[in-house]
Amino acid sequence: MSLKALHIVFVTASVVLAAVVAFWGFSNYMTPEGTRTDLTYGIASVASGLALLVYGRYFLKKLKKISYL
Amino acid sequence: MDIPYTVHPRADTGLYNAKVGIWLFLASEVMLFGALFSSYILLRVGAPDGTWPHSVLNIPLGTLNTIVLISSSITVVLAWASLKLNNFARYRVIQSITLLCSLIFLVIKSFEYRDKFAHYQVVQKDGKYVDGHLTGSVYLDADKKTREEHGFRGLSFTEGPKGAQKKFTLESVTVNGFEAKSLAEINNPKVGVHHEHKDFKIAAAQIKKIGNYGPWHNTYMAIYFTLTGLHALHVIGGALVIGYIWGPGAAMWKTDPERYINRVEVSGLFWHFVDLVWIFLFPVLYLL
Repeated sequence: MSLKALHIVFVTASVVLAAVVAFWGFSNYMTPEGTRTDLTYGIASVASGLALLVYGRYFLKKLKKISYL
Repeated sequence: MDIPYTVHPRADTGLYNAKVGIWLFLASEVMLFGALFSSYILLRVGAPDGTWPHSVLNIPLGTLNTIVLISSSITVVLAWASLKLNNFARYRVIQSITLLCSLIFLVIKSFEYRDKFAHYQVVQKDGKYVDGHLTGSVYLDADKKTREEHGFRGLSFTEGPKGAQKKFTLESVTVNGFEAKSLAEINNPKVGVHHEHKDFKIAAAQIKKIGNYGPWHNTYMAIYFTLTGLHALHVIGGALVIGYIWGPGAAMWKTDPERYINRVEVSGLFWHFVDLVWIFLFPVLYLL
């Protein structure tokens, strides 16, 4: 597996992490003790996840010619 | 005699020697961290209700470190791609950002560790707890003269040249934090009432037990320091290798550029593994 392939796995894992943090932020915000910080975490995580998806697409396009092995 | 496949891949496997080597090494690393993660899960599942701490760690600092490490993985791959495009100058700039990210990560981690060593929990004789940062302590010598200390030096300590040593005994400690009736209240602050932080001056006679949030504090802190400490050692190791290839090892770019690119790729594979470990560590230790 080349660095290109592992990087795709890494970006995917980062997107999943962003989703987990977003879920954590929003679910904390929904509780009676929820704060604005929790909401900010949720929104920022969704934005980060989307940014990582865009980056992943760009990366795949840019390194089209490099092998996955 | 030339060793085959040091630069070009073997036709049947499609891999050069160093890549086989790094993947075998990473497989052993997966087993190491896998065993520690399993230990964490078993310890957490086996902990009695209300005893597993939440919100002990600084989430904004942990988030910042996560962003720093994800950025470093992006720069490490962009640096490798620059070499593939024969742009050495660009590689040098981008890889220096990777090294800077590793340094930032370690500095932030050291701040977090320092904070834990200054964070104390005092169990009082009336059964109440005081949890917070120790701001100072007062000691008395044999002549009842007071001496103020910024930190905590134990219930007593001796000082001075041999033969004329003075013994100092703890008189009181000052902790900036909150008071709680039970451990569960400290471990899960959202369940308990809102705690107002203020200074508590606690007399030594009132102290049943005092200790900081070092690895000895409880099971959670022990596994936290083990996992993050081992991870930090990997960050240091990875940064040293990347730094060597970037600095003194860069002479190879002129003599054997293909082999140099392979070296950068292999170091990048290790760096990605280290960052992937953090991607699992962050939610498990900081959020859940």
